[in-house]
Amino acid sequence: MSGQTEMSAREVILARIREALRTPAPLPHGLSADSQPQESQPHQRTAVTTSGASTAGITGTHTPSGLPTLTVLPEEVARPWLPDGGETPAERLQLLVENLGKLRAIVQRVPDLTAASDYLFTIARERDWQRVAWHPHPLVEPLLAGVPCATYRVDAADFDKNALESCDAGITSCEALVAQTGSILVSSATSGGRALSILPHVHVVVAACDQIVATLADALHSAQARHDGHLPSMLSFITGPSRTGDIERILVLGAHGPKELILILVG
Amino acid sequence: MIVNDSPAPSVGHAAATPQPSPRMAKKRFLHDAAEHVRDTGHRAFVRKALSGYYASRDLQKARFRDWEHARDAASLAKWSAVNRLDELLPRFVAAFEANGGQVHWARDAEEARKIVLDLVLAVRAKAIIKSKCMTSEEIHLNAALEADGYGVVESDLGEFIQQLRGEPPYHFVFPCMHVRRDEISDLFGKHLGTAPTDSPEELTMIARRHMRRLYVDADVGITGANFLVAETGQISITENEGNARLTAALPRVHIAISGIEKVVEHLDDLAVLLPMLATAGAGQPMTCYNTLYAGPRRPGEADGPEEMHLVLLDNSRTAILADPEQRDSLHCIRCGACLNVCPIFKNVGGFTYGTTYQGPIGSVITPHLRGLADWNHLSAASSLCGACTDACPVRIDIAHHLLHNRRNAARTAPNAWERMGHRLFAMVARRPWLFGLGGAIFRRTLPLLKALRPPLLRDWLASRDLPAAPRQSFRRQWDRRQPQQPAAPREGRA
Repeated sequence: MSGQTEMSAREVILARIREALRTPAPLPHGLSADSQPQESQPHQRTAVTTSGASTAGITGTHTPSGLPTLTVLPEEVARPWLPDGGETPAERLQLLVENLGKLRAIVQRVPDLTAASDYLFTIARERDWQRVAWHPHPLVEPLLAGVPCATYRVDAADFDKNALESCDAGITSCEALVAQTGSILVSSATSGGRALSILPHVHVVVAACDQIVATLADALHSAQARHDGHLPSMLSFITGPSRTGDIERILVLGAHGPKELILILVG
Repeated sequence: MIVNDSPAPSVGHAAATPQPSPRMAKKRFLHDAAEHVRDTGHRAFVRKALSGYYASRDLQKARFRDWEHARDAASLAKWSAVNRLDELLPRFVAAFEANGGQVHWARDAEEARKIVLDLVLAVRAKAIIKSKCMTSEEIHLNAALEADGYGVVESDLGEFIQQLRGEPPYHFVFPCMHVRRDEISDLFGKHLGTAPTDSPEELTMIARRHMRRLYVDADVGITGANFLVAETGQISITENEGNARLTAALPRVHIAISGIEKVVEHLDDLAVLLPMLATAGAGQPMTCYNTLYAGPRRPGEADGPEEMHLVLLDNSRTAILADPEQRDSLHCIRCGACLNVCPIFKNVGGFTYGTTYQGPIGSVITPHLRGLADWNHLSAASSLCGACTDACPVRIDIAHHLLHNRRNAARTAPNAWERMGHRLFAMVARRPWLFGLGGAIFRRTLPLLKALRPPLLRDWLASRDLPAAPRQSFRRQWDRRQPQQPAAPREGRA
């Protein structure tokens, strides 16, 4: 593969795109611009409103090409229309627990890390785990002291995928919990890399109650803030245990990822 | 709804060849459609499989505080990205490269295949694992990899079943929705040597056990991409099974293949698009795993690939972009909702289309990808009921695009018989006396026509009957039913 051909493919495709976009397309079906662009004032603000008159409009600014550029993000506009994420911490907690229940995840609330450790001991016994994998984290490490089985510590310096594959469960922390959808946001930086939360048959997440946020956007913002704009190489919204409906559209849990998702909520 | 107790007859495999020779496409479509429409077992099976989807989709839609307005926002997010692709695609590429990813540009399918083949050669791949990727179906990647001697395994359960069956996906979201569990049990018995079972759960576990070692042993993982985020240089992958997560976690090299139209501007756009994709596509609040990848493993991260490559595919997408009227068909997020509600899809089935992308959206875009002259018949296979337009979470007006395709086809290759027919009808319809005369003749000769079955009526009568002709014309009957009103001027009767 020569660099020369790649440069040319890139140039050809970008030239095709520029050429194609010389003719503007109408606004999406159901949306209309309040006013047409005026050539003398190319940057005139123009409101692009949705079909519902009573709702907040989507405002845009016309660029010289005559297209409205959005001055408000679609997410900000859509926020009141998306599923509810709860106003207060109590509402968010309730929504999260409800949604996770519907997804067939297991949620266990515990007052402190000692109780969390006891709970982990119990489920490890019940399920007869031989080996659990974990990663160093202030919420995870204290729970490992008492587990009644072998442990495998996932480490950047010495990662062994075969060792991880033989583990019954993976124990991780998370970035945030989303009340709106019951999603758990994990990342390669705060959940022991990419495989720990997906390869073992059971995924146990340990999180603090103050990690609950209302919406998917809030969860993304919290990750951006935590990593100061340098997002980890993987961010994943986990919404329930792995599932498939590929055989006659009948739901089966545990297709390739964890069959069980257990959230230990501390505080 | 008919409960499907008896096993559905198997679907004709002849229809499954990925790319019929173009001139044959229409003939084959008509033949396969007729065959599938008669196969009531198959139709009942597909309907039953979809019935659960309708219920869960409605349940999830109801969780939105305003689904219709959320569609507006989703449509706007895609519209503003596609219409600024000249600015956003280079921005995405710069950000993705800053994250350590490598970008490869492919003008067409052949170039894309060559890029992937060169990459797997360069890393001396021994085993390749793949997660669901419709662009790879579009470029017929598996066949190319196998021709070069590489073993490649589809890890998505539905795609794995289709790979073992030697068939392309039946539906681009539900690849094997037409296959019965006993057929899957036989298939696994034949290829994997497993004992027969009629439990979907046990069948799923067979695939799970089979695939686990393959994830660990593969040195290359190939995935698709659902969104490319310009602002952050991440690619977003949506899935339920966890196979894409494993594919992008364990092998040494990750290759993603994506159409150039998948760009969105902001990370936050996904907070709107992801739940809508899941709700419209599968009746879920979110699919199980929605994952953003920003390049290969970083220093300090435990695992992940050493290299991450992204193949950006044009393959006629810029031709759709150049058509302002149908540009919004590039907004498609491949949720499959339009297939699930389409009366044509439900009756003719996925294979009849003979395309990578089936159903209404496939009928809109395939003529752009493979030529209008040979693929415009797909746009005629529509009842124009508009169910696809109503179902689309990003508000693509699919039903009208089907009409646009019909119009464009009529303009580029007019059908002389059709034009003559329309002219004749216009001439008759403009003259009330002639119209009345025609009606009178038709009413009297209808029994004779039904008996003679002339060519134009034969196809219609093959599966339908005509009611007996009324004794009087509609206009006569109308006049007789009007209450007697002296001197009321009648308008518009002509």
